[in-house]
Amino acid sequence: MYRSHVLVCGGTGCTSSGSQRIIDRLEKEIAAHGLSDEVGVVKTGCFGLCALGPIMIVYPEGTFYSMVQEDDIPEIVAEHLLKGRIVKRLLYEETTKTEKITPLNETNFYKKQHRVALRNCGVINPEDIEEYIGTGGYEALGIVLTEKKPEDVIQILLDSGLRGRGGAGFPTGLKWKFAAANEADQKYVCCNADEGDPGAFMDRSILEGDPHAVLEAMAIAGYAIGASQGYIYVRAEYPIAVKRLEIAIAQAREYGLLGENIFESGFNFDIELRLGAGAFVCGEETALMTSIEGSRGEPRPRPPFPALKGLFQKPTILNNVETFANIPQIIVNGPEWFASMGTENSKGTKVFALGGKINNTGLVEIPMGTTLREIVEEIGGGIPGGKKFKAAQTGGPSGGCIPAEHMDVPIDYDNLKAIGSMMGSGGLIIMDEDTCMVDIAKFFLEFTVDESCGKCTPCRIGTRRMLEILEKITKGQADMEDLERLEELCSHLQTSSLCALGQTAPNPVLSTLRYFRDEYIAHIVDKKCPAGVCKDLLHYKIDPDKCKGCTLCARTCPADAITGSVREVHMINPEKCVKCGACMEKCRFGAIYKE
Amino acid sequence: MKSLEELRAIRAKMQGRVGVRAENEKQTRVVVGMATCGIASGARPVLTALSDAVQEQGLSDKINVTQTGCIGLCQYEPIVEVMEPGKEKVTYVKMTPEKALEVLRLHLLGGQVVAKYTLSAAQDKTQ
Repeated sequence: MYRSHVLVCGGTGCTSSGSQRIIDRLEKEIAAHGLSDEVGVVKTGCFGLCALGPIMIVYPEGTFYSMVQEDDIPEIVAEHLLKGRIVKRLLYEETTKTEKITPLNETNFYKKQHRVALRNCGVINPEDIEEYIGTGGYEALGIVLTEKKPEDVIQILLDSGLRGRGGAGFPTGLKWKFAAANEADQKYVCCNADEGDPGAFMDRSILEGDPHAVLEAMAIAGYAIGASQGYIYVRAEYPIAVKRLEIAIAQAREYGLLGENIFESGFNFDIELRLGAGAFVCGEETALMTSIEGSRGEPRPRPPFPALKGLFQKPTILNNVETFANIPQIIVNGPEWFASMGTENSKGTKVFALGGKINNTGLVEIPMGTTLREIVEEIGGGIPGGKKFKAAQTGGPSGGCIPAEHMDVPIDYDNLKAIGSMMGSGGLIIMDEDTCMVDIAKFFLEFTVDESCGKCTPCRIGTRRMLEILEKITKGQADMEDLERLEELCSHLQTSSLCALGQTAPNPVLSTLRYFRDEYIAHIVDKKCPAGVCKDLLHYKIDPDKCKGCTLCARTCPADAITGSVREVHMINPEKCVKCGACMEKCRFGAIYKE
Repeated sequence: MKSLEELRAIRAKMQGRVGVRAENEKQTRVVVGMATCGIASGARPVLTALSDAVQEQGLSDKINVTQTGCIGLCQYEPIVEVMEPGKEKVTYVKMTPEKALEVLRLHLLGGQVVAKYTLSAAQDKTQ
């Protein structure tokens, strides 16, 4: 039995900053001090504060060490684990501001968070089913199978107000109800773990940190709709998540929590993994099922909806990872508990992957109705370099931007829709004043052009034409008619594309046009990029009054575009300039500017 | 898995282990001095005895057994301090695993301070 537990993050973020080496070194040092029987090392899922990784927490003290390096380990073991002296220099800075060390859950990053879907991430060892059971895992499945009828389970979900966390926000209970009502010899439960939005990693972290929660919920879903087989469609680019899912499925089978006659109820359920090859369109439900069937991942028209004819033409429900992760908690704590969190039509919490120009990059779970200002300024710790907030992009390439004027809107499904964005799966990219909104729209459209599956014409050709217009704009070659044509194309794509990929592809353009139209016009009419991002509209110049003729810029320039001799004002040749900005960075007199 | 009882048995068994990772202000803190002086006079078996007993008895969500450095009373080590929320700190000195378990039973569970092991009792004796 261990008196102390050292939890080290084994999520993708911390793994890439070397947490596995830290674990190996820890175990070695602990053994060298003869502490192997007293101190246990646990590799957990994501703690959320990815910006400060590799992260380590020591219990029972709850000491939070951040940015731990391999060389720090001997000191941590000899000082803290052996002698109980906390290594203060490695503590998360915010916890050391006052004389007494601030508990982690009172720091700005964690204070406003409420962890439901992420409750076990960073707490348990995801590769040990008994740790999951120890925090109340599989209790919900046991209760459901031994005490509840399928229709009771669906009613609980309906009462809880849970809506799909994949983006569209369809009520989960209703989805299950439809699938349960359709008679068939075989039904399926699918889990959409094909997380593809640039900058989104909520689902990956749940799978890495708490895979059993998803398995348990899928079994509950199987019982509720009468399915005996489940599939998890997960990206092959998530190797840690895949590995932990495989371990979790094997352990669940071994413990009889998957397989035949679970809890002696006569209910059978098993789960298999299907690895996606990284096509964004496979996150669309019909394309995902087509891909599981073994065909090329392309969407098909709806209706029939999957609840009637889904996978292999059988009634199927497809829920997102985060949706599933909420369900065991709802069963155990009751629908009223869940409905007590959030806003009127959006209950519970939502996990966001916070990225972009923000200090605390990472994963946050907040009650619905929290404002963007709270996320950016309090939880996120503000914008680096004291820059001004310009906008936040939610919903990735299907979503839109939220400008500074809407920072105080409580975030939920309906409010985001009303201001022209969407909840999306939870990617939240923060942009500061140096971001060009036309460039952002172009970035997302480049993504959709790449990812369009090509099955339907509006999406295949429409996105390409839209991108061409955006390229013209950012090069300063467009006129106002192009802008009209762009808007017209947007409406065509929205109405005539086959699936959500094409229908939502115009959203980044439309929402940036709605809030930052003047920036588009600046590009088109004035041939200027106000944020100084679009290179073709940008010119580096030397202020003759400030230039001392030190020749540093000329020596720095990789393109030999700067001419001038010692103590004479230098000049930039615009023909040769590649606009890399190296000269501006190097100039000690602030003589170089861009316009 | 055959029944909820079977599941709950595993949960109870694991409670001690995962309960250690809970943090709340209502917990009683039991702190063992584990500086060089403490370790030299036998603090480690005291710490492990307490920690094991708390976990075995499923008390880890209520009682937090942790370690600290030297508090300056080296001649009285091993020292165990008990801090209950809203109550005055009690300092036990010259602990052994057996005495520590007695403290757990009488003080932490029974609510009675074991006066004979406290610092003030030890100081009275030397005067």
